[in-house]
Amino acid sequence: MELLTNVLAATVVAGTPLLLVALGELICERSGVLNLGQEGMMLMGAVAGFVATLTSGSLIVGVAAAIVAGIGMSMLFAFMAVTLAANQYAAGLALTIFGTGLSAFLGAGFVGQSIDGFTRVAIPLLSDIPVLGRVLFDQDPLVYLSLIAFAGVAFFLRHTRGGLLLRAAGEDPDAANANGLKVLVVRYLAVAFGGGMAGLAGAYLSLAYTPLWTENMTAGRGWIALALVVFASWRPERVLLGAYLFGAASILHLVLQGLGWKSSTELLAMLPYVVTILMLVLLSWNPARTRLNTPLSLGQPYRPGH
Amino acid sequence: MLLLERRPVDSSLMRWASPLLALVLTVITGFILFLAMGKDPVEGLRFFFITPISDLMGLAELGLKMAPLLLCAAGLTVCYRAKIWNIGAEGHFLMGALGASIVAVQLVDVDSVWVLPVVLVAGTLAGMAWAALAAGLKTHLNCNEILTTIMLNYIALNLLLYTVHGPLKDPYGFGFPQSVMFGDSALLPDLIPGTRLHLGLAFGLLAAVAVWVMFARSFIGFQLNVVGQDHRAAAFAGFGARRLTWFAFLVGGATAGLAGASEVTGPIGQLVPQVSPGYGYTAIIVVFLGRMHALGIVVASALLALTFIGGEILQIAMNMPKAVTGLFQGLLLFYLLTCDAFIHYRIRLKRPAHPSTHSTATGEA
Amino acid sequence: MSSALRLKLENIVKEYPGCRANDGIDLRVEAGEIHALLGENGAGKSTLMKVIYGVVQPDEGRMFWNGHEVRVNSPAQARSMGIGMVFQHFSLFETLTVAENIALSLPPFEARDRKKLDQRIREVSDRYGMTLDPRRYVSTLSVGERQRVEIIRCLIQESTLLILDEPTSVLTPQEVASLFATLRQLAKEGCSILFISHKLEEVRSLCHNATVLRQGRVSGDCRPSEVSATDIARLMVGDDTPISTRVTAAEPGEVMLSVQNLEWQSQDPFGTSLRQVSLELRRGEIVGIAGVAGNGQDELLKALSGETRVDGGSITLEGKGLEKLGPDQRRGMGVAIVPEERLGRGAVPKMTLADNALLTASGQGLVQRGMIRFERVREFSREVIRRFGVRCTGETSTAGSLSGGNLQKYIIGREALQNPRLLVASHPTWGVDVGSAVAIHEALVKLRDEGAAIVLISEDLDELYQLCNRIGALCAGRLSPLAPTRELDIEQLGQWMAGEFDSAEANHAAA
Repeated sequence: MELLTNVLAATVVAGTPLLLVALGELICERSGVLNLGQEGMMLMGAVAGFVATLTSGSLIVGVAAAIVAGIGMSMLFAFMAVTLAANQYAAGLALTIFGTGLSAFLGAGFVGQSIDGFTRVAIPLLSDIPVLGRVLFDQDPLVYLSLIAFAGVAFFLRHTRGGLLLRAAGEDPDAANANGLKVLVVRYLAVAFGGGMAGLAGAYLSLAYTPLWTENMTAGRGWIALALVVFASWRPERVLLGAYLFGAASILHLVLQGLGWKSSTELLAMLPYVVTILMLVLLSWNPARTRLNTPLSLGQPYRPGH
Repeated sequence: MLLLERRPVDSSLMRWASPLLALVLTVITGFILFLAMGKDPVEGLRFFFITPISDLMGLAELGLKMAPLLLCAAGLTVCYRAKIWNIGAEGHFLMGALGASIVAVQLVDVDSVWVLPVVLVAGTLAGMAWAALAAGLKTHLNCNEILTTIMLNYIALNLLLYTVHGPLKDPYGFGFPQSVMFGDSALLPDLIPGTRLHLGLAFGLLAAVAVWVMFARSFIGFQLNVVGQDHRAAAFAGFGARRLTWFAFLVGGATAGLAGASEVTGPIGQLVPQVSPGYGYTAIIVVFLGRMHALGIVVASALLALTFIGGEILQIAMNMPKAVTGLFQGLLLFYLLTCDAFIHYRIRLKRPAHPSTHSTATGEA
Repeated sequence: MSSALRLKLENIVKEYPGCRANDGIDLRVEAGEIHALLGENGAGKSTLMKVIYGVVQPDEGRMFWNGHEVRVNSPAQARSMGIGMVFQHFSLFETLTVAENIALSLPPFEARDRKKLDQRIREVSDRYGMTLDPRRYVSTLSVGERQRVEIIRCLIQESTLLILDEPTSVLTPQEVASLFATLRQLAKEGCSILFISHKLEEVRSLCHNATVLRQGRVSGDCRPSEVSATDIARLMVGDDTPISTRVTAAEPGEVMLSVQNLEWQSQDPFGTSLRQVSLELRRGEIVGIAGVAGNGQDELLKALSGETRVDGGSITLEGKGLEKLGPDQRRGMGVAIVPEERLGRGAVPKMTLADNALLTASGQGLVQRGMIRFERVREFSREVIRRFGVRCTGETSTAGSLSGGNLQKYIIGREALQNPRLLVASHPTWGVDVGSAVAIHEALVKLRDEGAAIVLISEDLDELYQLCNRIGALCAGRLSPLAPTRELDIEQLGQWMAGEFDSAEANHAAA
């Protein structure tokens, strides 16, 4: 029981960065913009958060810096993909390559340094619930923030006019424009939200998960999150579920080693990536189903009046 | 007010001017960056762009780095022309290196002219097999190739790491994760004696020629172009998307696999974890910068090869982080895509719609 | 009818790069008036309507609304003024409900109370005889119902000017009649209607006044009920273009194409499946397939072309089974296809005409051992251009640079030069200028006389009646019986288009 509780708690922790970045990308894709630059934005968030915390001594400043860095990166992308109507695939790839390079460059002097990262803050009463209390209510503040973000995104999409506008811009920007919606503004905001969330997810890695900075420390989580959004058929509840599922996959090797199961670390480290492909297979083999949920204009550049 | 306006016809001048403009912008940014870091910018740029190619040895090193980039880029060109977003050259490359190494290690004591071809073919086939996975996932299971190829890259890297830490590890290698040195008969011959430049560059140039013939002359190249420009027209014409997807992936896997095999049988001579400094990813930039054109990717691969060497020199000479390579590559791609927008668009000063003075009433209806 | 002037345009000019879409247009619409805006494709109708609705801003000119000069900066402003618009390609979101769609275009405070909104939608729809459930998802609505959503949306916003862009092209004759009744009722209540169309008979029966555009200018004003359709057509196309085709009688021969019980299940949840489609086609015969868009026309075309493999049934051309063959193999056996979308399917916009010849004509000796024989490709392309009077600078022009009519002539010509046994053409004259339409009709008739069998899929009933030996209709993926054109009256065809026929499926169940 103790082991199970700890594994579940670790699963939530491992799933949190995925949840954060995937929620941001979900909003972004619902507006019709596919931003493949998640990895780059996360890395920039991670390095900015780490350096800001190290120099200011404040985790809050670090988180804020990470969010700003993520938004800043996403605005570069938005300028190319929304304003200049460039190919979104290419622009997203560029963002990842650029972010990887820039973060490594900026963080080069900070490798090996350490900070005091976020620690667990138990919520009174709730954390006393057996199992669930430890798993959900005795975690670091960013985990709570991710759950609030999840609830916010779910509510926004389903119950607000803003959510309606977002979906409209993503489904048919021409029609939305004809209806008088400012498609480009909606898309800019959606991309910015995605950037902020990716920056936050990066900060989670460098301020909570492993409070240090190393090059490429996201290890493909940005890409996994992109797959996660497809897997979730663009629905927030499934993003939550999927994020924890992938979280479980990524700590499985620790669990197995803990159980005394001998296997190569390298082979087990493949697991999250293999699971990602399996999930894509599971979800994609039926095109009809995918079609039903895909934002129709996803990946299509849009310029009003043409 | 500045207005972005669609050109009636795409600008072909801008199509080729854009990479040059992007390069200029990258250099300017580099200049500012050096200044900001308190380094001499002229010196820095000279180390980065000029020093590497100022003697034969340097040029040979350039060719050495160019070879894998050009090979990978040639294959990716075939994919990207058909808008198949294969990001997996890195994985194909690693598998090519792994496949070639497994065979080379078995044949380490064999002395025959056949060893090298067998090793190279093994690497090529391994690259193709890895690409075939992504092709099958796309054509039969409808999976997005960007995500699957990225995942396969990570899996390939871990597979390679597992192999050098485990089965292929040199028992007398002082615990280093690396294979034994290959036999001489498994090594690529040098192109210029006394340098490290090997036959791999010739493979790359041959691949570029093949790409040129494919897209300038052959019907399959035409079909790939149609699929890329307009998949509905391709379906209408009966150019089977599945068949072409497989073709593009297999070509991409073969060239990148050969590149990986050439790398372990060329300058390295054994399998090591750092067999690729990211050639497969950089090749993506090569393809975009080279305009998906055979000649273009030759020039672009030389330029990006330079960024690898320039980064190393800066690290030694000016104590800069090695990551400057990645930064320059990222900047270059960024500026390129921005400049590319002006192939389709031009900037115009917006004229006011009503030159005369009219009140802007909203009406009382 | 009151005589208050609702909308007045003076000297509207709108220029796009390389084309002056509106070149000094004047227009007057009175309150309660149904005013037709006529013109060929490219005459400037849609640009003018976008100007009125605030989607684009004119470069010059003045607009008066109820006597006051205004400048419309956005559709939202146009709507708040009382201008409503029903688009040809509807501006509705399939994954949202009717009420959600309408809420999107209302000011936030009006849209907040969804129950009240549902109530208003029901009231308006009942009052004008357009039944509609506000809770339904748009994806489940027929084309005619979607149009109602757009109209109701305008009415809820209390529009006093309703702009309708080619509203009848997607409707059955019966639906057209009921739409007209609604429009007349609206006009009687004082709402002005701007009716954009190129169908002259409809305009003559509905509209009080008409403004005709040609090449961005007003070429004439008239009272449509008082002049003949030919006179209006002359205003539209000018004096030097032939207006109609002379179609000679056909002499069908033996059966060439036999399609039996075709079945195809759509993978797309919003798509149409083919159900028990059977038809026989004789040599030297044109068979017309009518139907409202989205009822399986494209699916039937793809099933015949080989783009999709059918799940069941047989397709036999001159005794040989086609159903297992791909598009290129079928082409080799004499099947030629002219798809509905010229750009982006029939031709690749950015490729040259020569390259576009290679798209379907590679089997004409244009490729040898995998290599393209460029000289032959150019020759073939020049031949198409010459024989079919394609106006362009040469075979190196890009497909996208041609006008719709010229590109369509090129595509038809490309197929015709390959001596097809079976030609399937979908909407071949849709959006094409009258001159080209006549040339295309003549090309079809010529092919027919040379012994080809032709399937003509079209929403233009005039075209079908003019060219076809027999006509049927597709509805929800089922094909009605085919009746000889002379014996088929338009009411009967309209019922078929609405699905009122005993399908082959029903026959089977009985048998």
